[in-house]
Amino acid sequence: MSGYTLDISLTVNGERLNAHVEPRKTLVDFLRDDLSLTGSHVGCEHGVCGACTVRVNGAIVRGCLMLAVQCDGATVETIEGLSDSGEVADLQKAFERRNALQCGYCTPGMIATVQDLLKRGGVPGREEIREHISGNYCRCTGYHAIVDAVEAVAQARARTQMKK
Amino acid sequence: MKIAEDSPPTLAALDRPNSYIGRSVPRPNLQRLAQGRGQYVSDVTLPRMAHVAFVRSPHAHARIVSIATESVKKSPGFIAAVTGAELAKVMTPWVGVLTHLKGLKSAPQPPIAVERACWQGEAVCAVVAHTRAEAEDACELVEVSYEELPAVTDPETALDPKTPVIHASLGDNLCFERKLDVGAVDKAFVEADAVVETTFMFGRHTGVTNEPRAIVADWNASEQRMTVYQGTQAPHMMQDLFAKHLGLHHQQVRVVTKDVGGSFGIKVHTYADEMATVALSKLLKRPVKFVADRIESFVTDIHARDHRVKGKIGVRNDGTITAFEIDDLTGIGPYSVYPRTSGIEANQIVNLTGGPYACPNYRAQTRVVFQNKNVMCQYRAVGHPIAVAVTEGLIELAAAKIGMDPLELRRRNLIADDAYPTQSTSGLKFERLSHHESLAHLDAMMNYAGLRAEQKRLREDGIYRGIGFASFIEVTNPSAAFYGVGGARITSQDGATVKLDAQGFVSVATGVTEQGQGAEAVVAQCLATAFGVPIDKVRVTTGDTDNTPYGGGTWASRAAGIGGEAAWQAGKALRANVLAIAGAMLQTNPEALDIRNGVVVDKAGGNERLPLEELARVAYFRPDTLPAGIQAELMATRHYVPRAWPFAFTNGMQASYLEVDVDTGFVKLLKHWCVEDCGTIINPQLVDEQIRGGVVQGIGAALFEHCRYDDRGQLLNGNMADYLVPMAAEMPDIECGHCVSPTGDSELGAKGAGEAGTAGAPGSVMNAINDALRPLGAKPLTDMPFTPDKILRALGKV
Repeated sequence: MSGYTLDISLTVNGERLNAHVEPRKTLVDFLRDDLSLTGSHVGCEHGVCGACTVRVNGAIVRGCLMLAVQCDGATVETIEGLSDSGEVADLQKAFERRNALQCGYCTPGMIATVQDLLKRGGVPGREEIREHISGNYCRCTGYHAIVDAVEAVAQARARTQMKK
Repeated sequence: MKIAEDSPPTLAALDRPNSYIGRSVPRPNLQRLAQGRGQYVSDVTLPRMAHVAFVRSPHAHARIVSIATESVKKSPGFIAAVTGAELAKVMTPWVGVLTHLKGLKSAPQPPIAVERACWQGEAVCAVVAHTRAEAEDACELVEVSYEELPAVTDPETALDPKTPVIHASLGDNLCFERKLDVGAVDKAFVEADAVVETTFMFGRHTGVTNEPRAIVADWNASEQRMTVYQGTQAPHMMQDLFAKHLGLHHQQVRVVTKDVGGSFGIKVHTYADEMATVALSKLLKRPVKFVADRIESFVTDIHARDHRVKGKIGVRNDGTITAFEIDDLTGIGPYSVYPRTSGIEANQIVNLTGGPYACPNYRAQTRVVFQNKNVMCQYRAVGHPIAVAVTEGLIELAAAKIGMDPLELRRRNLIADDAYPTQSTSGLKFERLSHHESLAHLDAMMNYAGLRAEQKRLREDGIYRGIGFASFIEVTNPSAAFYGVGGARITSQDGATVKLDAQGFVSVATGVTEQGQGAEAVVAQCLATAFGVPIDKVRVTTGDTDNTPYGGGTWASRAAGIGGEAAWQAGKALRANVLAIAGAMLQTNPEALDIRNGVVVDKAGGNERLPLEELARVAYFRPDTLPAGIQAELMATRHYVPRAWPFAFTNGMQASYLEVDVDTGFVKLLKHWCVEDCGTIINPQLVDEQIRGGVVQGIGAALFEHCRYDDRGQLLNGNMADYLVPMAAEMPDIECGHCVSPTGDSELGAKGAGEAGTAGAPGSVMNAINDALRPLGAKPLTDMPFTPDKILRALGKV
């Protein structure tokens, strides 16, 4: 059913926004269609592939399993925001150098998911990395290069931490 | 893990002072993708753009009695509802045949079903609205009345006289058949000490690109021109097809392909709903967008690999293979897919089975039949995974039967490394392969003897691990022998146009496309090396029929070997043009000059003479200062097509090491190895990542992926939750090794690497599972995917 809308206020990538959205509209459709934040991708629309992973109030969520109206008052961060702030620049650089992305469609969601693991601190083992990204499907790389890149960044961040 | 820094060049023959050949330089477009700044077709919006959704047949086979669209018209945002009959006025149907697959036949396929739907998911009506959601709302209001017809779903009975014929005009349900009989097969089986016979089943599966198929078609009536933004692997092929079926000239059609969210062969075909979208744009005179949702993807993206192969091998006690025989049967859906046909996969199985081995006796038959399921066509490694699994499965069963180590049996039968040029028993021409070198490399890399000892030790503790191998050959760098000779307007040549700009930077436009494999990096490496500039001064343009040379695109592992060579040749041509000007400016013989690191230098000694920026400044802004009669040509175009060999075959060998939980039937992959020989390696990292990604897709086939249909032709698991693809936690680390046998067909000597991983992985995993279970007396598993319940059944536990 279309036509009926609700008003929401939220913060997206640090910007305060007011919007009228249909109650049925998913968060990822809202981000892509209404805000032109096309870095969040739609892969399966039923919560399996992880391509639409974004951060809401600090936790990663599936943009296709959350409705935009549920984000009233929330703080949403997408790959555009994570990139512009530099928070994941080292991950993005490592993905580039290790060729841990091919078509790149899963990458924004993958980066958000990996950052969720790494910001807990410590150096996760390869099995732990693999487990954590298992909700993010990559059809191109076979995952090995992604695990390599994540492991390298975890080690580099730990070294930086020690120097501090 | 340490990320390797850029490696120094290693290939002396191609080495130039600033060579990028053989170096793991990063791809130029990765920050864009990593930062979410890609431009996928899903992201494209245009002024006045409308969205189409399709009403799709819920039946596998049904007569369309009526379509009522009256009540749709009041639906919010509604623009148009268009049936197949209406669309037929704008677009002609197509028939997916190739003349070199003798006897292959198919029926005309329309963009939207007319009168009859032939598979569950075929579009029967298009609804266009202002948003996709509104188009889907309106679809709900279209009333279609169907008369269900008997569905043909079992390939085994598709040719029985009592089975209904899907297309009456064809006379039967046979699409294509081929028979081959070489040597003295019956005699060879009689002379064998052991004969093994078994039936292999391959589960129908699909590519599951993360970005579903997407297209935006924009018919501009004022200039009578169609611009199509499409996630495709072959923009020029699609330009030809859109033009042909809309009655336009090529000049009236532009196909633009920016970023593509995965392809794997899925996005190199003609899809009825994409053709319909283009026709709708022409009809409605405005941009129309179609993005398949995941449910639509499962019932319309091409499926592949649905084969039943009866295989037979004869061996002597000394390990000599005396004969191979296969009988292949495959059901492809109701139409042969246009324009590459659905006969290629079966044809490849006949061509490739037994391919690595020197065995003079081979008999094969294949039959390709129509059925009322989604269409099948070429998916990554087309036919290879099946031919390899059958060949290698038979070999390991034979080895077990005569009590010989499976690696040793292969060693005794693989074509000798000094036998080239030669050809396979099926007639494939091999320029140069390295089976024995690959086997030795793999043996050492995996520490085979050590693993066997570990396996034996653990069995005593009730832990069942298996080691499985698969040798393979792979078709790459196809010449016109693949499609062109059969009448398809799919080019096998490719081109590169290079241009020196006024600041000394170089741009290159190429006909090959980028879907993540790294074609842009390879083209940039070849050009930077041949011309003589730092790679960060090279910019690559792909995927635009208005602005790139005519080319085939990226499929059949052709982008590096063919597109790379074209860029190499274009770089050399531009260097010659530039040095001619430099010679005139410097009063020097151009032969005595070279370009290194963006500077014209003395070839001997390397003295810097003239920066390219200065040369370009003079050529573009002060040509008056050049000697009379000297015209600078700072652009060059070169094309390349393989001519000496129909295909550049590659080869290699894979091994899988895994553990089977004999109580649950679960398989834990411990490690995977692949040694391959793709000739000259332009970018080692990209080759390895093609291998790894390919291996994992092959593992998916072996363990998880299966489009499961019921006997009424209903797909039972058409969503990502029920259709399983490999996830990170289940996948092993994959170690890659290389042998290098360059092709002499090109200067670079590069062959393809995109499909080797997928070709060999399913067979090696199958063999490893059977190796693990052999001491338990389990019946060999030959029915992919090997799910836990099949494994428990083989063990007699359920």
